[in-house]
Amino acid sequence: MTSNIRHKHLLGIQHLLADEITHILDTAESFKEILSRPIKKVPTLRGCTIVNLFFEPSTRTKLSFELAAKRLSADTVSVSASTSSVLKGETIIDTVKNIEAMRPSAVVIRHSSSGVPWLLAKHVECSIINAGDGINEHPTQALLDAFTIREHFGRLNGLKIAIVGDILHSRVAHSGARLFSMMGADVSVCGPVSLMPPKPEVLGVTVSKSLEDAVEGADVIMSLRIQKERQEKALISSEREYARFFGITSNVMAYAKKSALIMHPGPINRGVEMSPETADSEQSVVLEQVTNGVAVRMAVLSLLLAGSESQA
Amino acid sequence: MRFLLKNARLLDPGNKTDIEGWLLVEDMNIALVGTSQEGHPDVSGVEVHDLQGCWIMPGLVDMHVHLREPGQEYKETIETGTRAAAAGGFTSIACMPNTNPCNDNAAVTNFIISKATEAGYARVYPVAAITKGQKGRELTEFGELLAVGAVAFSDDGVPVADASVMRHALEYASSFNALIITHAEEPSLATGSMNEGVVSTLLGLKGIPNACEDIAVFRDTCLAELTGARLHIAHVSTKGAVEIIRLAKRRGVHVTAETAPHYFTLTEEAVTGYNTFAKMNPPLRTEEDRIAIIEGLKDGTLDAIATDHAPHSVLEKEKEFEAAANGIIGLETALPLSIELVRQGYLTPLELAFKMSYNPSHILGIGGGMLKKGMPADLCIIDPNVTFTFKKGDLFSKSYNSPWLGQKLKGRAVMTIKKGCFTHKKSG
Repeated sequence: MTSNIRHKHLLGIQHLLADEITHILDTAESFKEILSRPIKKVPTLRGCTIVNLFFEPSTRTKLSFELAAKRLSADTVSVSASTSSVLKGETIIDTVKNIEAMRPSAVVIRHSSSGVPWLLAKHVECSIINAGDGINEHPTQALLDAFTIREHFGRLNGLKIAIVGDILHSRVAHSGARLFSMMGADVSVCGPVSLMPPKPEVLGVTVSKSLEDAVEGADVIMSLRIQKERQEKALISSEREYARFFGITSNVMAYAKKSALIMHPGPINRGVEMSPETADSEQSVVLEQVTNGVAVRMAVLSLLLAGSESQA
Repeated sequence: MRFLLKNARLLDPGNKTDIEGWLLVEDMNIALVGTSQEGHPDVSGVEVHDLQGCWIMPGLVDMHVHLREPGQEYKETIETGTRAAAAGGFTSIACMPNTNPCNDNAAVTNFIISKATEAGYARVYPVAAITKGQKGRELTEFGELLAVGAVAFSDDGVPVADASVMRHALEYASSFNALIITHAEEPSLATGSMNEGVVSTLLGLKGIPNACEDIAVFRDTCLAELTGARLHIAHVSTKGAVEIIRLAKRRGVHVTAETAPHYFTLTEEAVTGYNTFAKMNPPLRTEEDRIAIIEGLKDGTLDAIATDHAPHSVLEKEKEFEAAANGIIGLETALPLSIELVRQGYLTPLELAFKMSYNPSHILGIGGGMLKKGMPADLCIIDPNVTFTFKKGDLFSKSYNSPWLGQKLKGRAVMTIKKGCFTHKKSG
């Protein structure tokens, strides 16, 4: 049995401390070992029910949370926006209160509006786990990215990590930047200024003047998806130009360390933010990230829920 | 009705005097005013209130209130809104046209006035829409609206986007010597839900930059200069807007401006935790802006303090931050928050009487704002030192969307007198 962390919810990286992050990553390591066994299941959360409530499309994250819960022997139910009563005019608070009335241990929520997990945490008793809120945070993605980096380098401290692309709309970047800088990495961000949030330094990053600058000597290059669904008018001129000036290609990778990892939270727009060769290169750990996602989410779920009173 | 208010500090913007004295009310009017040294007339048989050093100001005037009636009576009615006004020390308020139906015609203006007269707690001066349905296209009937009691024109939260329509509105208004009030915002830049800056990045929320307000303030002051019309800028929130207005005034443009207590009291930090009670438009800005607003009040760039009292229910506020409605109530907090400016040495009590009574009444042209013999006895009696906890259950407004809920405030209206009648009396 793993010892609990002091939180009931996982809302954002902003509420975690460095040693809590280390504890989550250490716990994930032991779960990853379990995932390599023929029987990939432990009884940690037997009797717990976890509801995945996704108001935005998701394949990877939803499946990853579901598998993580199942491998911990929890029961899982997934609800998506198109089948929820929100379409009938129910408020999000009522929806979640009704779900809570069926006594789940946790609700994993993805929502297009920033801050929704915080809103829900104020109104319900069960654990709220943020699976991505608007353009704000995506804490489990940051944790799985950190896990993947740590697996390769044995640490985060002292690494140079470049996050490239649509920083403004990327909750992955916002959570990642916070986490990596908290763990002692040197994080630089780069992208068209129109896709940069105001005062990005408050997330613990430095802003690079050019892509070459950002990638120069980097240990990790994290490319972000151009979020077609969140683009307002006139943020970038064209995907073609974006690919040419901000896309991660083998030319760009030449500036990084030879051992540098290429990461992407997926789904990739191949040929836009990353060239196909780069995405499929030896340095790419994109699929490892996905594998690690299950172990990291098992760690998060077990640390938040194991020993909670709702457990049978 | 005859009564004497004695042992008071009389703050009279009309005479620019701040004296210890007394004030006698007779037949709904101010009958006599005198200093402590001058004996008051024989008051045998007359009700005497010993104010023990409390301030008497002319009744406060709030030139920016949302009364919600007709259409959204579950948030506020003319009765509850004016009752809240009286509790806050206000005797006159101007109400914005964004009701449902919108106040863009004489029938709605008449309705508001008759409802307010019936309630009797405060004088209500409707601000009618500039354009029909606040749609920014056709002008409303300014002449007729003025004739039935409208005191100014504003499209309020839906600013006139088309500069040529705004120009024509200003020109047409000037033929009636009417006032145009602008909610200065460039709509295409107002797509966020809070101030754009450090906190919006930390909360992952889209921001509204200061430029959104500055551009619109500049546009509208240029148009006021072009047309010679009278323009009033509502709820100034940015350092840039203060500077633009300062320069326009220096050039002789007929422009006046107000700010609201939240802009000189709070900053964007108040939004932390996705607090929808700190969500308003314009949004709470930075400390630099807050200081500039206070400077603007001090040097006269900002003429008035208005509340932008915007009642909303839990239906609009207890929801996703981005989807929550803008605005907070203000009538019952404006005075304590503004007295804080006096306590901190930014304004004198007399200057505060200008900002909260004389100036707004003169901008609106509704008279009052003075402690002058023969004028209607619209008075606000203030205990600047009393502390109280601002609680939901004590509010007269129907809504409680306020960032100060549960907090200790200092200074309040202990009595409000409209036309010689008490509209509010704080017991104890």
